[in-house]
Amino acid sequence: MDELTAKTILTSVSAMGAAIVMFSAMANAIFEGITAYKAVEAIGRQPEAAGEITRTMLVGQAVTETTGIYSFVIALSLLFANPLIGFLVK
Amino acid sequence: MDGGFGARLIDVAGFQISETILVTWIVMAVLIALAIAARIVLRKFEAVPRGAQNVIETIVELITNLTTSTMGEENKGHAPFVGTMLIFIAVLNITGLFGFRPPTADVNTTLGFGIVTLIMMYGSSIMRNGFMGYVKGFLEPIPILLPVNIIGDLATPISLGFRLFGNVLGGVIIGSLLYGALGAASNAIGISIPIFQAVIPVFAHVYFDLFSGCLQSFIFVMLTMIFITNAM
Repeated sequence: MDELTAKTILTSVSAMGAAIVMFSAMANAIFEGITAYKAVEAIGRQPEAAGEITRTMLVGQAVTETTGIYSFVIALSLLFANPLIGFLVK
Repeated sequence: MDGGFGARLIDVAGFQISETILVTWIVMAVLIALAIAARIVLRKFEAVPRGAQNVIETIVELITNLTTSTMGEENKGHAPFVGTMLIFIAVLNITGLFGFRPPTADVNTTLGFGIVTLIMMYGSSIMRNGFMGYVKGFLEPIPILLPVNIIGDLATPISLGFRLFGNVLGGVIIGSLLYGALGAASNAIGISIPIFQAVIPVFAHVYFDLFSGCLQSFIFVMLTMIFITNAM
């Protein structure tokens, strides 16, 4: 296998990997939505605690989002700063 | 988009510096000038505020209330640090509105902020519990968890930094893709001026620069306060 073919295969596989990694954004969206839904329920039950609930919800969503951000960073590094191509081109 | 979405290098007086550093220093200069202006206004301090003193007092009170409600009354002394981080990160994030690349879209800036938080965590812990208490904190609840505690501490600045970085960089990438698509669309209908780029990206800017930027800076300082309180 010559070097060009290997590089082509590696690049296309990396692009597919980036796409697959971003599937975690789906789970993120679903569960951040669930968080907001529960927060709205709680505000409906206790409108006087709205500020506190909103703040807690935002922090919880930010922590939940970490996985999505990690997958985003992994996808970016697969696309723009692929470490594997370095093994091919010595 | 040649060379990906990284920060450009700019020639300033014969030096190659990255756009991140240039924009950060501009923002720092503006904020320091504002702080000095506020100091001059507050020289004739009045018991009943009016004019600019009203605005300054509102901002200070907001930050103090946020700090006391999150960290407790006894940690009120952290309010200046929290306020500085909040205002600095918020202004850095909304530089995208002025046509710059936000410095927080560079992983060096955000990891720097994360390390500042880590130092604050350790400093507060040492000031509260003494050095031996700080070392003992690694052996809790049982000494065999020492490696887990060390890894957990090292993960804190990384998760903080990458959260801010990923959110802002996502906005930057979607913005530049949108600008590219609108330019191509105006070329496709035969106008050489990219006329579609005029009004349509406003919504993206409002969401990604204003809303998301302020929200991310708020979340960053909230998590910072929670981590510092937990470390003490």
